[in-house]
Amino acid sequence: MDRDSSRLSLRLGLKPAGLLWGTAVAVPLGFLMIFFAWPVAALVARGLVPDGVLDLTGFTEVLSSPRTWRLVGLTLTQAVLGTAFSVLLGLPLAYLLYRRSFPGRTLVRGLVTVPFVLPAVVVGVAFRTLFAPGGTLGFLGLEESLAGIVVALVFFNVSVVVRTVGGLWERLDPRTEQAAASLGASPVRVFRTVTLPSLAPAISSAASVVFLFCATAFGVVLVLGGVRYGTIETEIWTRTTQFLDLRAASVLSILQLVVISAALAVSARARRRREAALRLVPSRGAARPLSWRTPADLTVALVGAAIVGGLMVLPLAGLVARSFREPDGSWGLGNYVALGTAGERNALVVTVWEATATSLRIALVATVLSLVVGGLVALVVSRRPRAAGARRAVGILDGLFMLPLGVSAVTVGFGFLITMDQPVLGVDLRTSGLLVPVAQAVVAVPLVVRTVLPVLRAIDPRLREVAAVLGSGPGRVLRTVDLPIALRSVGLATGFAFAVSLGEFGATSFLARPDGATLPVVIFRLIGRPGAENYGMALAASVVLAALTATVMMVAERLRDERAGGEF
Amino acid sequence: MLRLSGARGGTVHAGTVAGAAAVALLAAGCAGGSGSGDSGADGGDPSASGTVTLVTHDSWALDDKLISEFEQESGLTVEVSAAGDAGTLVNQLVLTKDSPLGDAVFGIDNTFASRALEAGVVEEYTPADLPDGAEQVGGALTPIDQGDVCVNADETWFEESGLEVPKTLEDLADPEYKDLLVVTNPATSSPGLAFLLATIGAFGEDGFEDYWASLVDNGVRVADSWEDAYYVDFSGAGEGGERPLALSYATSPAFTVSEDGSETTTSALLETCFRQVEYAGVLAGADNPEGARALVDFLLTQDVQAALPESMYMYPADSSVELPKDWQKFAPQADAPFEVEPAEVSEHRDEWIQRWTETVVG
Repeated sequence: MDRDSSRLSLRLGLKPAGLLWGTAVAVPLGFLMIFFAWPVAALVARGLVPDGVLDLTGFTEVLSSPRTWRLVGLTLTQAVLGTAFSVLLGLPLAYLLYRRSFPGRTLVRGLVTVPFVLPAVVVGVAFRTLFAPGGTLGFLGLEESLAGIVVALVFFNVSVVVRTVGGLWERLDPRTEQAAASLGASPVRVFRTVTLPSLAPAISSAASVVFLFCATAFGVVLVLGGVRYGTIETEIWTRTTQFLDLRAASVLSILQLVVISAALAVSARARRRREAALRLVPSRGAARPLSWRTPADLTVALVGAAIVGGLMVLPLAGLVARSFREPDGSWGLGNYVALGTAGERNALVVTVWEATATSLRIALVATVLSLVVGGLVALVVSRRPRAAGARRAVGILDGLFMLPLGVSAVTVGFGFLITMDQPVLGVDLRTSGLLVPVAQAVVAVPLVVRTVLPVLRAIDPRLREVAAVLGSGPGRVLRTVDLPIALRSVGLATGFAFAVSLGEFGATSFLARPDGATLPVVIFRLIGRPGAENYGMALAASVVLAALTATVMMVAERLRDERAGGEF
Repeated sequence: MLRLSGARGGTVHAGTVAGAAAVALLAAGCAGGSGSGDSGADGGDPSASGTVTLVTHDSWALDDKLISEFEQESGLTVEVSAAGDAGTLVNQLVLTKDSPLGDAVFGIDNTFASRALEAGVVEEYTPADLPDGAEQVGGALTPIDQGDVCVNADETWFEESGLEVPKTLEDLADPEYKDLLVVTNPATSSPGLAFLLATIGAFGEDGFEDYWASLVDNGVRVADSWEDAYYVDFSGAGEGGERPLALSYATSPAFTVSEDGSETTTSALLETCFRQVEYAGVLAGADNPEGARALVDFLLTQDVQAALPESMYMYPADSSVELPKDWQKFAPQADAPFEVEPAEVSEHRDEWIQRWTETVVG
């Protein structure tokens, strides 16, 4: 990278370029090191070097246990299946919601994101209610099955595919497809040879994020899998929080890291081969009104309705309906009125509304942090330096920032306790709650990167070269070429970052103070108490969280449309 | 997180937070390099500022009024930090022993007490007014409250089916009650562990596996967590569950009382219980041990003890304190809950859970 950038600065006669890129690399890298790599390494070290002596017996013990390999197998199986079905079901939805326009489209786009932020404990209970012998879907026999887990994983993650792929799809120049069609290619052939290859970067981007989410899923696996199913993640969680068996937990953390890095490397390799500059058009130009008369449109509409209806509306409807039920069985707003109280028999330290305000404030900070860090990473990674070494370095940087999604929140949370043990200006960071937005941002950064990156990469490098040849400095190239295009994806990235922060439970539950509890923490607490009123409130609070997310996503959508309008 | 909407504090603006995060970033970077000494570089003696930090679990709740009264009387400022469930709490304390998370702890229970004592996370302290019958552990952990984990029954269901409500652990394995019971996983749920301990207390270390095998034959369902078992499977919760017997607490029936408050639709089987006792203590190496001791004393005052049932759903350690009316009526404690020595639990916990898993999951 050095040689390359210095040659570049030499040629352009610009010293600040190196400084600029240096900062763009150093800031996110520093953030990742302090708030992710260091805590994780410290906790793993604590497990491997107890009492100052290196103890590697944990490796032989854990790695020779058949149970470990069963967990690895299950982790990969559920993650691969969850990812495959998320992509399979996400594509028709992305087409419907981003290539076709119809009344209420923005609303549906917002709603599709809702599952993404719902607390696992609530989703777990909602799905179990469906799958239980007496439930609506009891006849399918999904209780305590791998299929049940996969359905829930798809429920959570399909929106990642819809959003990421849809964001690119709506700006693909339709003329390429039209040209292929007019040359006699069948719609299937056009899709296979023109559309799919163009979407490939976004699909693999989304798939790798979904894969990581599925591989580290925790709550739904426990609730829906019962005692029979477990993953590396659930094992790390019980080893760390219940048994304090750091020796085994450390080995498992390393194993998790290796498995996930290997999977990411495979997907990155597939991705690299498909990257290409694409012809992009303003988002509004590409979407055609949905026509009920064309069979293709009708099919897509029906398939989309079936997916949304079966996968999302069905599980959520029961939840929403229950939130409007009074303890005596009648319908009413009692649960929502109760959100301003501390719950039946003071179940809560803060009211749900206070927690909502806290959640929003934290999400704001976390979003800003993750946009800055993630934006810089995407910018750096979007460049393809000529030197092989530099290219490899960029690739590693890309992968590095995905890792927070693949490492247990427990490991990071407990790691913070060890590494942040010195007070800063008299404040103990571990118990101050200040680390909550930081921990959430660490999880949100990969999503920001994966959302912005495909768009930045799709910029024809010649555009930058032309600008440079015409005498624009690197700062100006960024401002006039990259920024306007990147801004269009920033709305989406903002939405995602906000949603991640609103829904994050794992690390937050370790770092938040009782009087600074977030919405998911409060929901967890309510559903952990007996009493029909507390249960009703937990569901009402989940509906509030869902509505909040949908609104934020719709606003983010708007933001993007307005910015995109008129440019290009 | 940020103490944004503190119960006793003001509001921190987003800007402050971002600034603080930046400071944290810098400071953490420095701390990493030097492992700087613990001399008062951070601005003076913490006890002088009179702040005392209570580290507790996520079920913590106490009336703000009580806390502010304590603050006024003692001149201390109380900060509360919650770590997760009881197991998470103890494990975090063990991990941070050399640089404790606060001054005092509340919420270490009798299933984790030995681990905390062995690791030396609490230092010896015996309050002057320890109530009668309240037994300390290791001279450092003071009992504050207790609760019984018992199988609950849906009285209405049994009335309608004409079946007798079961009484004992043995009854639960009776084919008459086939497919009626739901319990929780001891590896992931604290009532689940308590119930496993009840069966060990009842049938001994060598007998509990046979008992569980008979439960499995009788169609027991194992849910992951309490909320899962209670709200999805238990018919008594009124959420559509189909099993009339569920593992819960002796206090749960107080939450299913009819509108007029005359009767409850569920009951606890008091011969199936394990007693969880929650302790408080002074953390070793605390910045403010004086304050921590005052806080432990405070938790034993009559006012706090009387508030425990309503705020934390636990029975006060001080048996002279009067219980709420509906508790007296609907939520009696077990006369003779099953017991297992804390030291035994600490030593065998992993092994017992493993043996349980082999028996129940196979």
